[in-house]
Amino acid sequence: MADAIFLALSVITIGSAIAALELRSLIYGSISLMGTLGGIAGFFLLLDSPFVAMFQLAVYVGSIAVLILFTVMLVKRELIFKKIEDKRRKFAGIGLMLVFMISLGSVIMNSGIKSITTDEPAVDFRNIGADFLTYYWPALILMALILAGAVTGALVLARREDVKNEQRTD
Amino acid sequence: MSNELIDFVIVSIAMLGIGIYGLSVKRNAIRMLFAVEIIINAANLNLVAFGRFLPHSGGQTLALFSIAIAAAEVAVGLSLIIVAYRMYQNIDIADFRSLKG
Repeated sequence: MADAIFLALSVITIGSAIAALELRSLIYGSISLMGTLGGIAGFFLLLDSPFVAMFQLAVYVGSIAVLILFTVMLVKRELIFKKIEDKRRKFAGIGLMLVFMISLGSVIMNSGIKSITTDEPAVDFRNIGADFLTYYWPALILMALILAGAVTGALVLARREDVKNEQRTD
Repeated sequence: MSNELIDFVIVSIAMLGIGIYGLSVKRNAIRMLFAVEIIINAANLNLVAFGRFLPHSGGQTLALFSIAIAAAEVAVGLSLIIVAYRMYQNIDIADFRSLKG
């Protein structure tokens, strides 16, 4: 059975995920998305993986949520508060969500993972570092290259060509 | 450990459903990015939960990779949204029509 901390965390996570999609203002939506990401970090702490939890806090809550917040502030004021959706598609979307949840949930409830519990000690985070530097080192280098390429690509994409920089000397 | 694997998997399924709802209903580009983030986080939760209950360090390693790639995806996605906003002065994806035949 789940304990009280788990129930509170799941209420926070799922509630703020719904709020992130349904709140009228995009700014409040991105702040409640922060709540969802922080709740997931709490789940990682419950699962005895503090390293991933701290990574989640640093990367998601620390940088991605702030990046989204700054992008929202670049958008016109009336677009932030406008809700763009059709009523008919909303009911279809709720139906799709329920179909997914019920079908996946019933498959998993009837499968063997329902009774899995563990008494074994958690994985030490030193093993993760050893994994990164031995078996996964090509993937680590590839990930670094992808990150560098993505950041460069984002800067190139968002650059404005119609604005002249007065302070440039060339 | 008092929590079972099935609890975490159920939370993850709920977040997947919410994300699919957001992707199919919302036409605001930034909100669709929110929905993608929620789905990615559901997947990460599954990875770490299965890695804890096996127990094996591969789940956490893969979750770390996934978080880093998601950060790159958000940076590129947000800059694409900014470029499209500059071109169309709107963030409604029904207005992004230049690829429509």
